[in-house]
Amino acid sequence: MKLTEKAEEILESMWIAIEEEGRGFVDLDSVEVTADDPAVRELTGHAFVELKGERIHFRPEGRAEGEKTIRRHRLAERLMMDVLNIRGDNAEIKACQFEHLLNEGVDVKVCTMLNHPTTCPHGKRIPPGECCEEAASRGDLGVVPLTELKSGEEGEIAYILTEDNKKMQKLMAMGVLPGNQIVLMQAFPSYIFRVGYSEFAIDTAMAREIFVRR
Amino acid sequence: MDEAASRSHQAVNHSANSRVRKVALVGNPNVGKSVLFNALTGAYVTVSNYPGTSVEVSRGSATIDGVKCEIIDTPGMYAILPITEEERVAREILLNESPDLIIHVIDARNLERMLTMTLQLIEAGLPVLLVVNIMDEAERMGIGIDIGLLSEKLGIPVIGAATAKKRGVVEIRRAIISHDSKRHAVFGYSRRLEKDIDEIASALNGEYHLSTKSLALLLLQGDDEVAALVNASEGAQAVSVAEKVKAKRFERRESFHMDLSMERKGIVHGLLDGVITFPDKRRVTMAERLSTLCVRPLTGVPILLVVLYFGLYKFVGGFGAGTLVDLLEKKLFEGFISPWAITAVKAIVPWEIIQELIVGEYGIITLGLRYAVGIILPIVATFFLFFSILEDSGYFPRLALLVDRIFKKIGLTGRAVIPMVLGFGCDTMATMVTRTLETVRERIIATLLLALAIPCSAQLGVILALLSKAPGALLVWSVCLLLIFLVVGFLTARLMPGETPMFYMELPPMRLPQFSNILTKTYTRMQWYFMEILPLFILASVLLWLGKITHFFETAVDAMSPLMAALGLPREVAVAFIFGFFRRDYGAAGLYDLQTKGGLDARQLTVAAVTLTLFIPCVAQFLIMKKERGWKVATTIGLFVSGFAFGSGWMLNKFLLVTGILS
Repeated sequence: MKLTEKAEEILESMWIAIEEEGRGFVDLDSVEVTADDPAVRELTGHAFVELKGERIHFRPEGRAEGEKTIRRHRLAERLMMDVLNIRGDNAEIKACQFEHLLNEGVDVKVCTMLNHPTTCPHGKRIPPGECCEEAASRGDLGVVPLTELKSGEEGEIAYILTEDNKKMQKLMAMGVLPGNQIVLMQAFPSYIFRVGYSEFAIDTAMAREIFVRR
Repeated sequence: MDEAASRSHQAVNHSANSRVRKVALVGNPNVGKSVLFNALTGAYVTVSNYPGTSVEVSRGSATIDGVKCEIIDTPGMYAILPITEEERVAREILLNESPDLIIHVIDARNLERMLTMTLQLIEAGLPVLLVVNIMDEAERMGIGIDIGLLSEKLGIPVIGAATAKKRGVVEIRRAIISHDSKRHAVFGYSRRLEKDIDEIASALNGEYHLSTKSLALLLLQGDDEVAALVNASEGAQAVSVAEKVKAKRFERRESFHMDLSMERKGIVHGLLDGVITFPDKRRVTMAERLSTLCVRPLTGVPILLVVLYFGLYKFVGGFGAGTLVDLLEKKLFEGFISPWAITAVKAIVPWEIIQELIVGEYGIITLGLRYAVGIILPIVATFFLFFSILEDSGYFPRLALLVDRIFKKIGLTGRAVIPMVLGFGCDTMATMVTRTLETVRERIIATLLLALAIPCSAQLGVILALLSKAPGALLVWSVCLLLIFLVVGFLTARLMPGETPMFYMELPPMRLPQFSNILTKTYTRMQWYFMEILPLFILASVLLWLGKITHFFETAVDAMSPLMAALGLPREVAVAFIFGFFRRDYGAAGLYDLQTKGGLDARQLTVAAVTLTLFIPCVAQFLIMKKERGWKVATTIGLFVSGFAFGSGWMLNKFLLVTGILS
């Protein structure tokens, strides 16, 4: 079953209003549709929502579906920002288009690649999916750039992601090698980390290129 | 081999004596190579730039049990595959000078990381003696190292040492003459890598100083210099070797560097099994606590200010430019040397013109030598002492990371803090050191800022002495220069195309500098400086004398007087500017002369000091700028700096007149 984009957007608006803002229902006006809109009929047809006059209410199935939709939207936002480095309004528009592709297992892949994020770029919660719960129960902390570590936190170097070969050689010659333990000692004004008994200072751009398994 | 050996013998052997054993010290930076070098060699040390580079290489001699040795202290290197210019020079020495023995000095605390290079040296078939240094610190941290077992596993002699405490030096000296280079262990990589290496190595038939295995690995890593070397030695085969390398490199394009590093890491790991023991819990030393204080902004910035206040202001400014200058210039020169020289010259030389040249107003002795020895020498000496202490204590990398964010705004990275601080000693030397910066863009920005806004120690000392008499003037001067430094840097970074490179630096442990080491460093820097400035000072004296007797000088002062008037300065200040062209400090010293005669008020003093500080760099710095950056960039910077200096002076004068701050 695949909903139309319009129907998914209604579900999203409803989920935000009802689940996050604590309202009991939404008005047809506020989601800019009329009762005979095909999208509304689609949702009632799937028994996701109930229409009472001008008000739309969630049915339990609809609530679950809404949660999945909002999850896909916020994952798409993260993907735009963290991986593709697209920001601002453009990121929002692209995320809105992209979220509709994130079904049938694609969302799980994206979520895993992003290391099961819990918030969207605007700080709102991303409802956890099954993949997130599985990862948490396995204790798999995932791989994060060094910038994500807190001062004093320790990890194992997973890989170095840099296009500059010379820099990678230098880092490796300095002992920054996958498998070595790394301790982040300070994050401002520069990143300071320790590998073995040696300490190094690097800037933010470089810290983003060292990936650490927590 | 014989032919190669004799070639290098001719090229670099300084002593004509029969058979000199050549020993090269190699290793990472900050492992105590220089301390070992000083302990092995005596007083006869020469420091010179490696041909065609700005990298310093020290050479000294030692006689051990009657065997003459030449000891070479190579620049720090992390791996046999060079990335920086220092590493390139270090490898050049290994390649071209074919030392009889290579002493690889490593830090006991970082055994695992540093042994990787030992492997590479052994693999290259070089005669290696391993010195595991800084054992005392490692022991204090609870790290145990079985030197005997390590030696057995590596198949080469290994000595545990703490050279700063003279521990192990006797054993090292003994090992230098008794070293037998025939034996060493062989390390194997994975079957796949060995096969790849063999494919390249078996195609190499030329004569090389390094083993074919090592060469093959360097070729596979894309080493251009080795590729050129192989290309020259293989003759007709060169093309097919290059083809093979190219094909293999493409085949393993994904992760060759990483694979190789991981395999080497595995080998080292195996080597260390049973050799090294770690304490259960990491012990935090005093030095580490101090280090933490230096790098946290909250404590680091106050520490920086304290260092600058006591180091630069009190020690260089107060003691060097005050006490010592008084002693040398006032007491020694004006009290004894000058009067004595004047009497002597007047008695011997009958011609007044020649008398003028030697002991006149701009005389070689009364001006050139007096400035050089009486004013500049004590200031520069105290500065270099201060700089060497900071350098040896490991403070600079910590300062670099502290300022990196700010320096990024002006198109530089924290790395540039070393040439910038050195610039406060000698801008000419600092301009040379800008070579160590990664990109051309950074080098140009650093060169410009050094030429414009960083006063050198001699100038700084004189200006501090000058301005300290007028309260507020010093503050206005410092604020002006800091603002100009940041604004010009910021604008240049905006205007110049290109990106600021990333910043990364190893933080060596902080340690108490060794007195003898600091003295040696200060001495060699002083020597360089003095050799460079004394001829210039004498030349300046001669030119000024020529200017005076031909009356060209007065014409020049006349020509500059409208400019001086625009700045609100008395016309005599023009003299200081003309001096300033020869050396900035020379000009500042001229200002000092003028001020002691009471010719300037606070405003004029400040305007003159700011303009002069910004003014065109000294002749020597200009020449180095031309050499390092090319005449186009050097001329552009020169013109910009001159225009900017007078422009700023004019604006500052107007500003001070309108606001009345200093009146």
